[in-house]
Amino acid sequence: MCLAVPSKIISIEDTTAIVDVYGARRAISLLLLEDRVNVGDYVLVHAGFAIQKVQEEYAEETLELFKQWIEAERKASN
Amino acid sequence: MKNIIKKISDLMDSIGRPVRLMEVCGTHTVAIFRHGIREILPEGIIFLSGPGCPVCVTPIKDVDTAIAISKMNDFILATFGDMMRVPGSKQSLYHAQAEGADIRVVYSSMDALKLASENKERNIVFFATGFETTSPSVAGTLFEAERIGVDNFYIYSAHKTIPPAIKALLDSDDVRVEGFILPGHVSTIIGSRPYEFIASDYRVSSVITGFDAEDILQAIMMLLEQIASGKPAVEIQYKRAVREEGNPKAVSLMNEYFEPRNANWRGIGMIPRSGLRLRDKFGRWDAEKLFHIDIPDSKEPKSCICGSVIRGAKIPTDCPLFGRACTPERPVGACMVSTEGSCAAYYKYSGVYRG
Ligand code: SF4
Repeated sequence: MCLAVPSKIISIEDTTAIVDVYGARRAISLLLLEDRVNVGDYVLVHAGFAIQKVQEEYAEETLELFKQWIEAERKASN
Repeated sequence: MKNIIKKISDLMDSIGRPVRLMEVCGTHTVAIFRHGIREILPEGIIFLSGPGCPVCVTPIKDVDTAIAISKMNDFILATFGDMMRVPGSKQSLYHAQAEGADIRVVYSSMDALKLASENKERNIVFFATGFETTSPSVAGTLFEAERIGVDNFYIYSAHKTIPPAIKALLDSDDVRVEGFILPGHVSTIIGSRPYEFIASDYRVSSVITGFDAEDILQAIMMLLEQIASGKPAVEIQYKRAVREEGNPKAVSLMNEYFEPRNANWRGIGMIPRSGLRLRDKFGRWDAEKLFHIDIPDSKEPKSCICGSVIRGAKIPTDCPLFGRACTPERPVGACMVSTEGSCAAYYKYSGVYRG
């Protein structure tokens, strides 16, 4: 439940950003973010809020890891 | 990775006795199973699961209260999906929903706020559960509610905080932990400083840890190094996402809206100042204050030892109901509900118990 997923910022409007995570687009809030972010940056997202800016390289690795988890989960529940 | 495993074996040799480590966070419990970490490490390393699964520690009374709210006229209860199957004293949110209560699963408290804007004639109460990763987002949602002028939105706070729970574990007699694998994303918010008492007051080691196999192995190595040298500290292994100071903006918003209070942890009992309630000046959002929902305390199901499991005093297989009367399909206790609950993780990954 405390997992935060790295997501790529697609667009920013005021304190809201559209992010892409596994191809899905989602609106998230930037209200909790300490750092300034730009389109193309990666942020950790938890429950609809960006909580930290992260490096792209790390984001890619983590997305890959979580994807494996999600797939394993899906297989296990089938 | 081989090098880390070799180093861990060497450290275990030099320590020369079993070492008990606790992963505080449910996501780590699952990650350790999933990466098969127990299998590749020397036997002397004992992993205990901690209290870091919000679903598992939300008391029956809070679940009952959420259900009571959902059944009030003109109310909608919004909740994270994980809470749906948690057994209350008589039923779960899922059962209440099946009986007709208006309960909506949301991914974010912002979605609950949106429900409020779209259903002006109803009252929307968000069942606010979770640790420090989540509570700032709820504070942020209230900030937003204020800004856009919504007046039919409320929260019922069952938020909890991690450091007081660790302190309670360290104070209890039946738990001996020499090293903590500290949560990753809770620490993204709070940083490493709130954990300093673990080393300074209790002389116990701890490392803030990431989620892939190498992160966890490296953290174990760091813990064993601290233990072997007799120099406990709070180290950050998960530097990619955690800074010493955490995320000060999120922390200050959380502290602006919430204040600590004594809170009950399911199966553990009351832990001083381990819960969060809305400050008085934000009373207009507080379902607890406004709606006077009076729910009696209730007892845990007989024989469920969830409380001992999340304190690291017992393991799930010690429970007589485990895998028999209690399974993820028909959970008796809360630790079997969430996929991150220790009992559910044991059930799923220890193989033996899968039919
Ligand atoms: S197996 Fe079920 S009944 Fe036993 S401790 Fe775990 S949750 Fe409780």
